[in-house]
Amino acid sequence: MTIPLNDSITNIKPSGIRKFFDIVSEMKDAISLGVGEPDFDTPWHIREEGIYALEKGKTFYTSNAGLKELRKEISNYQKRHQNIIYDPNTEILVTVGGSEAIDIGLRAMVNSDDEVIIPQPAYVSYEPCAILAGAKPLIINLKQENDFKLTPEELQNAITPKSKILILPYPNNPTGAIMEREDLEKISKIIIDNDLYVMSDEIYGALTYKGEHTSIASLEGMKERTILINGFSKAFAMTGWRLGYACGPKEIIKQMTKIHQFAIMCAPTTSQYAAVEALKKGEDDVKEMKDAYNQRRRFLINAFREMNLDCFEPFGAFYVFPCIKEFGMTSEEFATKFLQEEKVAAVPGSAFGESGEGYLRISYAYSIENLKVAMERLKHFIETLRRRK
Amino acid sequence: MREELLSIIEKNSRIDLKELAIRLGEDEINVVNELAKLEQEGIICGYHTLINWEKTNIEKVTALIEVKVTPQRGQGFDRIASRIYNYPEVRDVYLISGGFDLLVTLEEKSLKEIAMFVSEKLSTLDSILSTGTHFILKKYKDHGTIVDKQIKDEREVVSP
Repeated sequence: MTIPLNDSITNIKPSGIRKFFDIVSEMKDAISLGVGEPDFDTPWHIREEGIYALEKGKTFYTSNAGLKELRKEISNYQKRHQNIIYDPNTEILVTVGGSEAIDIGLRAMVNSDDEVIIPQPAYVSYEPCAILAGAKPLIINLKQENDFKLTPEELQNAITPKSKILILPYPNNPTGAIMEREDLEKISKIIIDNDLYVMSDEIYGALTYKGEHTSIASLEGMKERTILINGFSKAFAMTGWRLGYACGPKEIIKQMTKIHQFAIMCAPTTSQYAAVEALKKGEDDVKEMKDAYNQRRRFLINAFREMNLDCFEPFGAFYVFPCIKEFGMTSEEFATKFLQEEKVAAVPGSAFGESGEGYLRISYAYSIENLKVAMERLKHFIETLRRRK
Repeated sequence: MREELLSIIEKNSRIDLKELAIRLGEDEINVVNELAKLEQEGIICGYHTLINWEKTNIEKVTALIEVKVTPQRGQGFDRIASRIYNYPEVRDVYLISGGFDLLVTLEEKSLKEIAMFVSEKLSTLDSILSTGTHFILKKYKDHGTIVDKQIKDEREVVSP
């Protein structure tokens, strides 16, 4: 008997995070700095809307593209924050998290042998999704000296005649890097000149600590060549509700809706009703959470400075990405040793691509009290390592 | 900085200065000056501790008292309010809209002491028309803090 298995999927390695997760779960009373989701509960008024939707018996499918009211609110949100106008009828699709939008967006856009340019370190899904869509991932290894931004030179040098899509994951998980308006302007010229399309993953957009987030789709000539991905998980602390969306040219959204319709039907109805409330009345909650994250971010950057640990200052998401190259270990060795000796779990940078090697992703989706204990342990750990040298 | 500073120390007035400055991204000296100003301007009126007395052996009884009064000419409710808040056992006094005028909270060692205060001191004041006393049976949430909350992280320990 041969178990039927597809070669493309069996050839893909499981996420490096998964491997580390298995080690951590066996360790009792470890402090974790390893999560990629907010520590806040979903604000109560949003949860209540979900409960109310259930009470009223809103337990049926919605239209494939998502509740009309929700698409309208998404359109308002993008207009309010980015001054981009999306038609709720044809240019917006509500998905099961931003991750579904990444998957079906790539599947809707690429043909075999097209290249998808992926700057790394980056979230773990882009590369496998590109491969599963039949495309060829083309990795750009970003550098700390550029604050992990994608520079015009790096992009220009990577492009080949087969390049079709550029993934633009900013604010970035795991580095916390952002791309500001002038950074985006520089690369948008190259994108247009080379007729590339952009998949801009802006799931952390609301968590920007230096001015307001700028979407590349808001730049001239870019809306028509950008699929903008966003969602509710990070900004509104709604990870478990599984709700995201894609906005973009109607031709692409139409094909994405087809895949979504055949594979998923529609995003969870309860979550969609809650999300309407989030967009209508959740801005104050977002601000409150963002302020708390920003305080923790400053706290960590200062703690690294005091222990002389090399780290560039990130201005987005809820991660810091300190460099651990001075200790002469791989990130995985460092993270494993840190976990065993100090009982603190942080994710090795190498889980986010080759260029993450030598770094550690530390999440600050934890209370300050938690972070204080963790930083004391980190300090003790690296001082011990330095003495041993 | 003012709003963010206030919102941090409203939740934790014991935070040390250095940490406060780091979290706000300001120099310590600026934070010290701002705190002094806030105190001077009467915006910061005091620093208190939230205690769950139920967990100690010390007996405490808290009552909310609704008070109806006749406002006095030229002084409205202020004079009678000051007569009430000058008693050290009175914890809070609020002027309230609706069915009564003043809400007074009182903390004492026993039910009896509260009864004594109401009958002997409060209701005998001039211009008090009536009082209604409610005893607090259980405290669930105080100053935005859920009193008996067990904090448990429900998240997986590592996620992408």
